[in-house]
Amino acid sequence: MKTSSGTTGLILNEPLLWEKGQKGRCAFSFPEDDVDSSPLDPELASGGPDFPDLGEVDVVRHYTRLSQWNFGVDTGMYPLGSCTMKYNPKINEKMAGLKGLAGAHPLLAGHLSQGALKMMFELEGLLTEITGMDAATLQPAAGAHGELTGMLVIHAYHQSRGSARTKIIVPDTAHGTNPASAALCGYQPVSVASSEQGILSPEAIAAVMDEDTAGIMVTNPNTLGLFEENIRQIAGIVHEKGGQVYCDGANMNAVMGIVSMGAMGVDVLHLNLHKTFSTPHGCGGPGSGPVCVREHLARFLPVPRVIEKNGVYALSEDCPESIGKLHAFYGNFGVMVKAYSYIRTMGADGLKKASQLAVLNANYIKERLKDVFHLPYDRPCMHECVFSDKIQSAGKITTLDMAKRLMDYGFHPPTIYFPLVVHGALMIEPTETESKENIDLFIEALKSIAREAEENPELLRQAPHKPKVTRLDEVAAARKPQLAG
Amino acid sequence: MRYLPHTPDDIAAMLRVTGAGDLDDLFSTIPLNCRRKKDLNLPEPLTEWELKAHMNALSEAMAVAPDYQVYMGAGSYEHFIPETVPCLIGRSEFVTAYTPYQPEISQGTLQAIYEYQTLTARLLGMEAANASIYDGASALAEALLMAARITRRKKVALSRLIHPMYRRVVRTYLEPGGHEIVELPYLEDGRTDLSLLDAIDDLAAVAVQSPNFFGCIEDLKTAATRIHGQGGLMIAAFTEPLAYGILKNPGDQGADIACGEGQSLGIPQAFGGPALGMFASRMKYVRSMPGRLVGKTLDREGRKGFVLTLATREQHIRREKATSNICTNNTLCALAAAVYMASLGGTGIHKLAAMNRDKAEYLKKALKEAGFSVCFEAPTFNEFVVKFPAGFEKTYLRLMDQKIVAGLALAPYYPELSEHYLLCVTETKTRQDLDALVKEVSK
Repeated sequence: MKTSSGTTGLILNEPLLWEKGQKGRCAFSFPEDDVDSSPLDPELASGGPDFPDLGEVDVVRHYTRLSQWNFGVDTGMYPLGSCTMKYNPKINEKMAGLKGLAGAHPLLAGHLSQGALKMMFELEGLLTEITGMDAATLQPAAGAHGELTGMLVIHAYHQSRGSARTKIIVPDTAHGTNPASAALCGYQPVSVASSEQGILSPEAIAAVMDEDTAGIMVTNPNTLGLFEENIRQIAGIVHEKGGQVYCDGANMNAVMGIVSMGAMGVDVLHLNLHKTFSTPHGCGGPGSGPVCVREHLARFLPVPRVIEKNGVYALSEDCPESIGKLHAFYGNFGVMVKAYSYIRTMGADGLKKASQLAVLNANYIKERLKDVFHLPYDRPCMHECVFSDKIQSAGKITTLDMAKRLMDYGFHPPTIYFPLVVHGALMIEPTETESKENIDLFIEALKSIAREAEENPELLRQAPHKPKVTRLDEVAAARKPQLAG
Repeated sequence: MRYLPHTPDDIAAMLRVTGAGDLDDLFSTIPLNCRRKKDLNLPEPLTEWELKAHMNALSEAMAVAPDYQVYMGAGSYEHFIPETVPCLIGRSEFVTAYTPYQPEISQGTLQAIYEYQTLTARLLGMEAANASIYDGASALAEALLMAARITRRKKVALSRLIHPMYRRVVRTYLEPGGHEIVELPYLEDGRTDLSLLDAIDDLAAVAVQSPNFFGCIEDLKTAATRIHGQGGLMIAAFTEPLAYGILKNPGDQGADIACGEGQSLGIPQAFGGPALGMFASRMKYVRSMPGRLVGKTLDREGRKGFVLTLATREQHIRREKATSNICTNNTLCALAAAVYMASLGGTGIHKLAAMNRDKAEYLKKALKEAGFSVCFEAPTFNEFVVKFPAGFEKTYLRLMDQKIVAGLALAPYYPELSEHYLLCVTETKTRQDLDALVKEVSK
């Protein structure tokens, strides 16, 4: 354990909110009550909700203590595969908090909201340049929301050609959101297995692509961290039958400045600003899932569109073929500000360098750990590498055991048991913002865990030992759900 | 680049391990025809200081308080946000964590969300709330889809007094799946005409917003009784949850699902997002609910702890058969709402809600006395509709030049309501502000 940065320190217990406080306390600074009271008809009125009354110090200590039970990117390396947990620059948070941007009403007249509209217009342009696509919408609020938007665009495209298709091809390595998003449009997902090399073969696609199939949803680089080398040929097969190619851009962090999604044959692509463009993940959101399309699909994008004329920006509803609205207003504007700030800070060379280093870090980990863990696809990887628990499972140690033990060493575990095509998968995405010495520590920790798996397996089965709680009873939680106190 | 820690020596040493000659070699598996032909054409990178100047200029090109007095609500509300809210949710351990997949090192998020679920359920009079949906509009769309799943029916009824943009989002979500949407008209008093409900068969649900888009408080109880009579579900929508600080909650009035926008609860307006889709239902429907849920349990040593639960509803397990495609939601916004609700407390939220109502009533009365018509008679919370005389648009534009936004013109959303404006008053406006507004619109 000499290389471990995981240790224990004094953290404090904290009760539930409603186990604290005293009736009559308040942590809110009330403005003067300067008008007469107008009580509601008692038929409509209530005494208000049963909330605890807390003072400002009660509230501050409560959430400060809770925060200390958490692990974030700012705490340490968070190599959660497919989630791109890179460093989230502090300056970008500050920019999103600027008074004029954070305090703006979404229905302000155009001449009162030029700053926000200009930023959105420019961000759409930056994203189309980075992806090699032709047009973008920023409206989707998360990646899965972007997938739904993209599927609706494809649905509208087929409808405009008088063709009602019913199926969509989804590889077995896809994120679960892909089939779920397609199903919302009424498409039946057709699963296709990847080849022995971990990528799609043109033959497998040709075998299922027909004129009743709306297209394909492909993740490239895929969830095994591999580049879909046959993508151009696959796109050709799909296009020939009148289908459209949807790319899940969750893994765009591997290929900025290197790949053109347009050249690759992609018609629709969603991005995750909270992955590739460094906006924080916020315990699970808010994210932002812009969708980029080729020219022939631009007319279907959600409304309103941001337009520019002689240096004046406006919102336009003049898009008769649009799929409609996906969000009450324009999407997660505050998240867009952070992504915009990131892109303007990085520039072209910085973004390309980020992708190169993300890929370097992943390949370095892959090479240094492949003697210790089974590597099902031993090929150059992109931004993440996927191991299996084949070697350790012989000694009845699972991926879960190893993941839990990593916490004791001071690391967030990788994504586990995904993609489903790898047994006991450990999906490691270090991102470019981890230094060589952090990565070396991570590698040493995993090597040490592999040794422990042989010498003292019980240590792993009982892990983690250092966090505030140990493994929790998830079966009981689901059997008798207690969702509120 | 300050976010990239690699020195040239680091890169050289790491490349040696991978066997690649240089960084470009790492991408050898990418066919040439997939690659960019030219370098990215992006603006030159900005320093931290240049970025600040650039963003400040954008920020200054916006009309916001305190320079501007904005009397617009319509789904986005200006409320005072205690400094504790951004300060606490801005802690790195919250901001830079992801979905709590590893509960042992995510207990902070998990307990906070369990508490958010509890406060939300109590506010709305429901038994279970999820960890959030994107916004009020997508929450309503998800609620209607949930009702359709539960009842196995395809037709839903929507009040025309639900936020017009929410109704558009509902169409986007529901129509491709073959759902039928019926809109219920409104009565002269500014509430939904529920009499039509009895004439429509096979409804999965009726959705009514209260306070509605005109600010009027709806009769949710009657809506619930009628829809339950024909086996459908009652969905109570909202854009201004603060109202439930003084109003009877949706659960008490028979709603099966309550959903809406939580921006009002300590979240900046931010030009419309990120916001907070609040979503709650009766416990018996929880297994049909979309989104993440946090539940209480014990660890191996019998200590209390929290985990994500009922995941078998979700896309990563059920794939195309999931209750929703949602994955990333708006948790940090839910956390903001929890800190805000905790800061107000039961006593405070009642007092603040009453203050919003009182100030809005003050303006309503003063405008009436000044001779303007307050068209809808039903009681309101902090928004109401005023009919100004023909040609008011000129006055509206003049006021904008004086940095006052005198409400939202309703005609673009309700063509029959020309010269009608929706005004919103919150605790941020003083009596002096309101008197000045009345004087200016009367000029």
